[in-house]
Amino acid sequence: MNIVVCVKQVPDTATERKLRSDDKTLDRDAADGVVNELDEYAVEEALRLKEAHGGEVTVLTMGPDKASETIRKALAMGADKAVHLVDDALHGSDALGTSYALAQALKKIGFDLVVLGSESTDARTGVLAAMLAERLGVPQLTFANKVEVAGSSIAIQRVTDYGYDKVEASLPAVVSVVEKINEPRYPSFKGIMAAKKKPVEKLGVADAEIDAAQVGLANSWSEVADFAAAPPRAAGTIVKDEGDGGVKAADFLASKKFV
Amino acid sequence: MSEVLVLVEHVEGQVKKVTLELLTLARRLGEPSAVWTGPGYSAEAKAKLAEYGAEKIYVADSADIVDYVVAPKAELLAQLVSSASPAAVLVAATAEAKEIAGRLAIKIDSGVLTDAVGIGEGLVADQSIFGGGVNVRSRVTKGTPIIAVRPNATPVEAAAGAGAEEQVSVAVSDAAKAAKVVDRVKEEKGARPELTEAAIVVSGGRGVGSAENFSIIEKLADSLGAAVGASRAATDAGWYPHQFQVGQTGKTVSPQLYIAAGISGAIQHRAGMQTAKTIIAINKDPEAPIFELADFGVVGDLNQVVPQLTDEVVKRK
Ligand SMILES: Cc1cc2nc3c(=O)[nH]c(=O)nc-3n(C[C@H](O)[C@H](O)[C@H](O)COP(=O)(O)OP(=O)(O)OC[C@H]3O[C@@H](n4cnc5c(N)ncnc54)[C@H](O)[C@@H]3O)c2cc1C
Repeated sequence: MNIVVCVKQVPDTATERKLRSDDKTLDRDAADGVVNELDEYAVEEALRLKEAHGGEVTVLTMGPDKASETIRKALAMGADKAVHLVDDALHGSDALGTSYALAQALKKIGFDLVVLGSESTDARTGVLAAMLAERLGVPQLTFANKVEVAGSSIAIQRVTDYGYDKVEASLPAVVSVVEKINEPRYPSFKGIMAAKKKPVEKLGVADAEIDAAQVGLANSWSEVADFAAAPPRAAGTIVKDEGDGGVKAADFLASKKFV
Repeated sequence: MSEVLVLVEHVEGQVKKVTLELLTLARRLGEPSAVWTGPGYSAEAKAKLAEYGAEKIYVADSADIVDYVVAPKAELLAQLVSSASPAAVLVAATAEAKEIAGRLAIKIDSGVLTDAVGIGEGLVADQSIFGGGVNVRSRVTKGTPIIAVRPNATPVEAAAGAGAEEQVSVAVSDAAKAAKVVDRVKEEKGARPELTEAAIVVSGGRGVGSAENFSIIEKLADSLGAAVGASRAATDAGWYPHQFQVGQTGKTVSPQLYIAAGISGAIQHRAGMQTAKTIIAINKDPEAPIFELADFGVVGDLNQVVPQLTDEVVKRK
């Protein structure tokens, strides 16, 4: 099975994240770049599927040069090779532009299965996997907490507000995974060493047959009008429990008409 | 005035509150047209939608539309956008509705904005990003704006609309039938409101200590008619199911009142609850960062404070 797993480099959620004042895009230099956490679950799931069914795992990332760190991490976990979609023309692409660029790259790479994290911790739109399914014309198997492949059939459990849906489809397909689907492995020392020798192919906009008029900040379907740091919340009242903490909290609730 | 399409969220035939919020919002932007998808449509549902301002109700209640993942609903909305030329399409910022919005955006070549907490003049959407640290105003620059709005962001107001019903026949394309829902498994959630919709959320964290002890969180929630949430430390430990996780990689909630017990207030947790109107924290560590957000905080042992609070709430009802 030919599995492509899409990973994204995002600013560490533990550091202060900012937008750039010049073009209002994410300031990638302000914070440390890390692998989007949910994508580690996607890599893990891809590796498990390969271990069970054979085949190859290719990492696909779109992002600036710096995103190669993210590729290395996924390769160190055990992926076989990588494709890095990198081109200045891609900077500032919104979800529509990004999904278009990735879909073009995926068509070029070829796949039986595409695996993604269900959302990124920076943009948090949660739409990319659905958009890829739409663009590629393949089944959408998203928000999976369980994936099973048998021959050319695939079944997932799709997490819903009330529990989960069992969903079935045929390959090729797009799958997105949620947090508790598995426990991502740590790269071993051997894995880290091996990753250095694994092939990473760089693709530019022209190589992936991406129409430059459909990507990048200037061609986005939406724009940031303006932004500002959120005003801090007014300081609240903090009391120490002296046997009546619950009563005081209830008084507060009553003062706000919650009881 | 142009129509504004509102994708109706419903469960067991009941219109969800977020839909009434979207109708309220849509009235300011144009003429609200509710779009009902899937079985369960009734006179009662119709009355509710009209009460909150639906001038038109498009009804596509064939089972086909919900038997496949997301794609048929996007197809239906695309069909309505081309026939009605609306000023905008509003959906709730739920996981599934955002996916519908995403596929629709591609079909009609239009921009999509997710997780709006308000929509102003010129269809400019307010968004709160990076865990609530930055407020952004964005707008769609191509096509028909598609905006996913967070539940609880808009106070609902009734204002009667005509509620003119229009049956829509949909022939779900083969392409949209690629991922078939073969079973729906409902996990017991009792009578509590849904986490993302609830006006009050009571969450427990590592400080709760065990799965059994989550019952004190549940009791407080039940006394207030609230939903129960949990921090990732609590869901990771298996004390509470994952779908109740609040935060960066869990649900985002924006209730009137959020009570955090035994939760330190890590940035990734705050990302999911920072926009709550009123926040109460109960934590034994006076230095816990959650107190920076709290409108009211009790420094103490939650095993004492929470049951006492529950008793008081019950007493004062
Ligand atoms: C990429 C990423 C995504 C994440 N996503 C999420 C997410 O979606 N949601 C989330 O919650 N976290 C998330 N986290 C984890 C987050 O960083 C914290 O680890 C987590 O929120 C901690 O949970 P907690 O506050 O319950 O536990 P702790 O930080 O351990 O805090 C427990 C608190 O309980 C208090 N306490 C202990 N006993 C008592 C008692 N008897 N009475 C009163 N107080 C007591 C302690 O003083 C302490 O403040 C994420 C992390 C990363 C890296």
